[in-house]
Amino acid sequence: MPEMLGIILRNLFSKPATVKYPFEKPEHVPGTRGEISFDMSKCDQCQDCERLCPSGAIKVDVEGKRIEWDPYKCMYCHLCVRSCMHQAITPLDNVQPPVYRLEKKVFET
Amino acid sequence: MSKHVEEVKTTVFPFGPQHPVLPEPIQLRFVVEEEEIVDVLPQIGYVHRGIEKAIELNDYRRNIYLCERICGICNYMHGMAYSESIEKLTDTVVPLRAKYLRTVWSELARLQSHLLWLGFFSEGVGFESLFMQVWKIREIVLELNEATAGHRIHLSTNVIGGVNMDMDEGLIKRYYKDMGRLRKEMDSLAPVFYKDKAFQAKQVGKGILPKKDAVHMGAVGPTIRGSGIPQDMRTNYYEAYGFLDFEPVTHDTEDVYARTLVRFDEVYQSIDLIEAALKQMPEGPIVDKNDRFPDGVAVVRVEQPRGECFYYAVGNGTIHLERMRIRTPTLPNIPPLLHMLKGYEISDIPAIVHSIDPCMACAERITYVKKGGQ
Ligand code: SF4
Ligand code: SF4
Repeated sequence: MPEMLGIILRNLFSKPATVKYPFEKPEHVPGTRGEISFDMSKCDQCQDCERLCPSGAIKVDVEGKRIEWDPYKCMYCHLCVRSCMHQAITPLDNVQPPVYRLEKKVFET
Repeated sequence: MSKHVEEVKTTVFPFGPQHPVLPEPIQLRFVVEEEEIVDVLPQIGYVHRGIEKAIELNDYRRNIYLCERICGICNYMHGMAYSESIEKLTDTVVPLRAKYLRTVWSELARLQSHLLWLGFFSEGVGFESLFMQVWKIREIVLELNEATAGHRIHLSTNVIGGVNMDMDEGLIKRYYKDMGRLRKEMDSLAPVFYKDKAFQAKQVGKGILPKKDAVHMGAVGPTIRGSGIPQDMRTNYYEAYGFLDFEPVTHDTEDVYARTLVRFDEVYQSIDLIEAALKQMPEGPIVDKNDRFPDGVAVVRVEQPRGECFYYAVGNGTIHLERMRIRTPTLPNIPPLLHMLKGYEISDIPAIVHSIDPCMACAERITYVKKGGQ
C-alpha cells in the first residue's frame, strides 16, 4: 500500500469532495433537464408531444383544451420540448424535491 | 491406504443472485472439492425485461430512449447503435460534425464506465480506499456529462440522423481542461495500479484465459484484449473513428490483472481520442432529417466499454420494426468466465467474476417458460 499513502495524506489535508446534503445544497447546474411547463395560450392541441413522449407521460384533452402531465412517468428527456412546433413547452432546470403524494400536473387555458 | 485419509468430498454451493460482490443478479453454482472449483453452472433470467418485443411494438422514433435504458452505463452507445441501425434502414447520411460529437460522447461514456469498473473492482479485491479515490475522479466525467446535456448519466443526445445538441467554444474549452485534470489524477493512481503488491496479489496468475480459448469461446472487449488479441470494433471505423489514430490496447498475461490494466490504459486512450476528435471536429450541420420509414435489414456493431455490442434490425416500411435483435457484450463473455473460474479457489471468485464486468440486465434477452413450471 505505500503507493496509496501519498494520495491518502493529500486527501487528509484537502477539503471534502462530498456535500453535506440536506444541510448544504449541491451546486446548481444551469441547463439541467428538469420539469416542463405548458403554455396553453400557444398550444393548439396537435398532440405531437403525446404521440412522441417515450414514457406516455402526457395526455392532451383536445376538447377540454387541457393537458395532463405526470411528473412520475416522465423521464425528463425533453423530446416533447423539441417536438412542439408552437414552442408551447418550456423546459425548466429545477430538480424536483421529494413529495408525499403522486399527483399529475394539469395545465388549462 | 491408511484408514485415516478421508475421501475428497464434492460440494455444490450457490453464489448469487444476491451477493455483496455481485453488482447484478446472476447465479453461479460452484461445484467445489475442498477449496478448489471443479465446475460452474450458471443460471440467468432474473432480470428479463422483454425489451426487444417492446421495441417492435413501439413507434420506431420513440425507441432511442428505450434502448438507452437497456444499460445504464452503456446508455449512450445503445442510443447511438439504435440510431445507426435506423439510419442504415432509411439511407440517412449523418453529417460529419454529428459523427465527431457522437465519437466524443461515446468515449466519455467509456471513461465513466471504466472508472466505475476500476472502483468496483478495487472494492471487490478488498481495496476500499482505492475505490473511493477512483469514484472521486469519476465525478469529473459525470460533471462534464451534466454540463453537456443536463444529466449526469443519460446524455440522450442521439436522434435519428445525427445529434440534438451542439457544443460551443466554452464547452469545448471545458472538455480540454477536464481531460487534462483527469489525466493528472490518473497519473497519480498509476503507481497503485502498476506497482502495488497487495493489489496485484489477488490478480496475477488468476483466472487465466488462454488466447486460443478466448477466440474459441467468442470473448469480447477487455476480456479478449486481456488475452493479447487486438479485437476492437472501433477499428471498423464507425462514426468518426476512421479519422482518428489509435491502436487497440492489449496486455498478454491472460489473467485478471491483464484485464484490469487494459481498462486502466483505455482510460488514457479515451482521453486522447476525445482531445483528438475535438481538435479535428469540423463546423457544419448536426442533423439530417427525413421522413422515410425504415425498410430492409441492418447490422450495426459498436464497441461498448464491456466489448462488442451487436444490433440487428429489420424494417418493413411501416412505423414499427419487424424485428430487433440486440446482443450485449456480457452474454458472449459468460462462457469464457465459466472456463476461467475452473481450477481456482473460492477466495478468487470475486476478482475473476468482476474481471469480465458482468452486466446481466443488459444480457438477458430470452427466457424459457416451461408449461406448468417455472
Ligand atoms: S406538441 Fe405543443 S402544440 Fe401540440 S399538443 Fe403538445 S404542447 Fe400543444
Ligand atoms: S420530457 Fe420526455 S418523458 Fe417527459 S413528458 Fe417530455 S417527452 Fe415525455
